[in-house]
Amino acid sequence: MSDLLRVTPSGLYCEAGGFYIDPWRPVERAVVTHAHSDHARPGSKRYLCSSACAPFVRLRCGEESAISCLEFGERRTINGVTLSLHPAGHILGSAQVRVEHQGEVWVVTGDYKTEPDPTVEPFELVRCHTLITECTFGLPVYRWPEARTEFERINAWWAANQSAGRTSVLMGYSLGKAQRLLAGVDAGLGPIFAHGAVLGPTQAYRDQGIRLPPVRPVSEAPLDVDWPRALVVAPPGAEATPWMRRFRESATAFASGWMAVRGIKRRRGVERGFVISDHVDWPALMEVVSATGASRVLTTHGYSAVVAKHLSERGLDSAPLETQFRGEAEEEGA
Amino acid sequence: MKRFVHLFEALDGTTATKEKVALLRAYFEEAEPEDAAWAVWLLSGNKPKGSANRTRLAAWASEEAGIAGWLFDECRSAVGDFAETIALLLPKPAGTRESGSLAESAAKIESLAVLDETGQREVVLSAWRGMDGAERLVFNKLVTGAFRVGVSRDLVVRGLSEALGVARDELAHRLMGDWRPTAEFFSSLTDGASTPLDRPYPFCLAHPIAGDPAELGAIEGWQAEWKWDGIRAQVIRRNGTTAIWSRGEELVTDRYPEIEQASRLLPEGCVLDGELLPWGEGGPMPFNQLQRRIGRKTVGAKLLAEIPVVLMAYDLLESDGQDCRPLSLSERRDRLAAVVNEAGHPFLLSPTVEAGSWEELGALQRSALGRGAEGLMLKRLDSPYGVGRRKGAWWKWKLQPRSVDAVLMYALRGSGSRASLFTDYAFGVWKGHELVTIAKAYSGLTNAEIREVDAFVRANTLEKIGPARTVPPELVFEIGFEGIQKSTRHKSGYAVRFPRILRWRRDKRPEDADTLETVASLFEPLE
Ligand SMILES: [Zn+2]
Repeated sequence: MSDLLRVTPSGLYCEAGGFYIDPWRPVERAVVTHAHSDHARPGSKRYLCSSACAPFVRLRCGEESAISCLEFGERRTINGVTLSLHPAGHILGSAQVRVEHQGEVWVVTGDYKTEPDPTVEPFELVRCHTLITECTFGLPVYRWPEARTEFERINAWWAANQSAGRTSVLMGYSLGKAQRLLAGVDAGLGPIFAHGAVLGPTQAYRDQGIRLPPVRPVSEAPLDVDWPRALVVAPPGAEATPWMRRFRESATAFASGWMAVRGIKRRRGVERGFVISDHVDWPALMEVVSATGASRVLTTHGYSAVVAKHLSERGLDSAPLETQFRGEAEEEGA
Repeated sequence: MKRFVHLFEALDGTTATKEKVALLRAYFEEAEPEDAAWAVWLLSGNKPKGSANRTRLAAWASEEAGIAGWLFDECRSAVGDFAETIALLLPKPAGTRESGSLAESAAKIESLAVLDETGQREVVLSAWRGMDGAERLVFNKLVTGAFRVGVSRDLVVRGLSEALGVARDELAHRLMGDWRPTAEFFSSLTDGASTPLDRPYPFCLAHPIAGDPAELGAIEGWQAEWKWDGIRAQVIRRNGTTAIWSRGEELVTDRYPEIEQASRLLPEGCVLDGELLPWGEGGPMPFNQLQRRIGRKTVGAKLLAEIPVVLMAYDLLESDGQDCRPLSLSERRDRLAAVVNEAGHPFLLSPTVEAGSWEELGALQRSALGRGAEGLMLKRLDSPYGVGRRKGAWWKWKLQPRSVDAVLMYALRGSGSRASLFTDYAFGVWKGHELVTIAKAYSGLTNAEIREVDAFVRANTLEKIGPARTVPPELVFEIGFEGIQKSTRHKSGYAVRFPRILRWRRDKRPEDADTLETVASLFEPLE
């Protein structure tokens, strides 16, 4: 019997159901796990995603995109294949895709994390026979500290910059990470501003009832604004642009799982790093793999070969899924 | 341990000198004396006398993390740094934990020196289990001998001086020579009690002259001497015993028995500053002759006869048991002459170079090479003997230099018959607290030295980048060259032409290596 899901030139394909999951080329029917750029690409005829994800897919793939929505847990049968979406905990609306056909269950995790995050639906563990998991941080050196302690460090950094007269510029990917940062910092410390790229997704989060502190656009800041008191949330890369000049003296920091490694911080020339990731770390990855009960685990994104080899040595049927995914690019904020 | 780890991180996070001094001060004010003593010891570039082999550490860490050896290697290549790899991959400490003090951690590491593999494993595992990630990183760096922080010894002295309220020069002196990091030692830094008998004085160091010497003012105010190419040393005669210290603060008394024996003729309570030189019938011998004696702990009669050594004395730091550094150079010189003339060979009085004008002196300076010297030293006659490298009183006026002291940064395997050894090296000079490459050179070393460097590279590899192995900045070499040119290939912006290794400067610490400014000044020579 052939695999329920397999890799084709356009992406991961379910032949029995006639749909693709996160295809990298335009297709007839695309099931989208979440709206980051290497998962949701414009040009497909029809999209299927979670209701919470739909506004972001519109932002990414165009207002006119034909999108049909599923609530989390709701089942839809397409050509005898039962499809349902389950929260992945990565960003708002991010989903794992469960596919069932003739009693066989596959789950595609998309990007996910199990750590609590007030801005997203909590990760749901879905049992399956075959698991396709991401491995962005699939090395045992990645073990996240508690987000709470990292946010305490961010607040302390902000306060220290205030007394040193430097504007705090905190960088994180504009969709997902930026909103998690906004929700996590101590908004009582001072005014919060955001780069233009962060504003759209932030409004979309608010529209769905996620509570975030007031954020003002940097571009509309009054002339006499006291920048050194402020926290500015910006996408990575902004630090190298003339956009930064208005802050004069500034302190920059980057919030990402990559910041766990000093060498990566140094290579990227990051002044200060906070380890806040929207992906699973190694222990969580191992825990999820075993809790799903899957006997076969296909790996994708990042350290897929390493994770597959490790799982094979632990007696699982595991191999890297040959895809065009190259792991979440660093600008994805990971 | 926690406090020291915070200091390490904070020092790592700033490049501002003032901030570093403030951090050091705050640390020394708060830390327990024994911890503080260890911090001074470690920040001055010393290592605990004990370590564990990297292969074992990797195996124990993999075991703790429940991963295979190949997966450890994957982690290592993703992280780069060995100590950090282990710190990151160990499981988080369970429940309440007690990481203990810095002194306790250091004692654990020192205990490794006398333990077998099982004993070492127990010590290291229990240390890891009690520590968080940041503490593990520092511990692992200490245990692998790779601990290094971007502070100079001078900065440490400054921070300590502010914390203890003891003058910097006095502290620098109290930190000289052999000492062990103990609570008693740290308290003695404040009261100056329990001075070891053989403690040397901090060396006064010269700056390279960066302009026309005539700008120093009237030549009458200056004493000129030949700049000798030997090993800077202090000979200390106190209480009927002799100690010879090299500038690298190594006790080398046993290596120069002829000096030690002759020092019995020195008066009691006397400290000479000078240059150890290989000296034949006709005067100074080339430095590479001395090289043959440097590496030896004990010297045989044959070598002693072949390469006799003298002390070319140029200053007197103590006489009649009194610190005479505050006296003017002219006064010290008079006393020095009396002492050296009385003692005789192998103590020589560094001759002064007399000239009526700077032009005349310039002509003499150009003749230095023929006299076995590498230029002139200019010392202000009314100056006291200073501590360290302070500007103003001592200048070195070298012949157009054709060499720099650079630090070994990484090594590659040789080719052909040397393919099994690391014989190709890249060297760097300091740009702030960072090393930048300035030259790549094949070995100009002896076979014994090559084997020694090869062993060092293997035991201390930090990172494998392609065929290259990076090593901690520890070994200093003098690199000779034909000229200097701008280069985009080297991160320093300069490259030396036809570089070759002239010698291994075992007498120099990595922080004594040249800076990028020096190299830049060589590129645009004034003459
Ligand atoms: Zn994503």
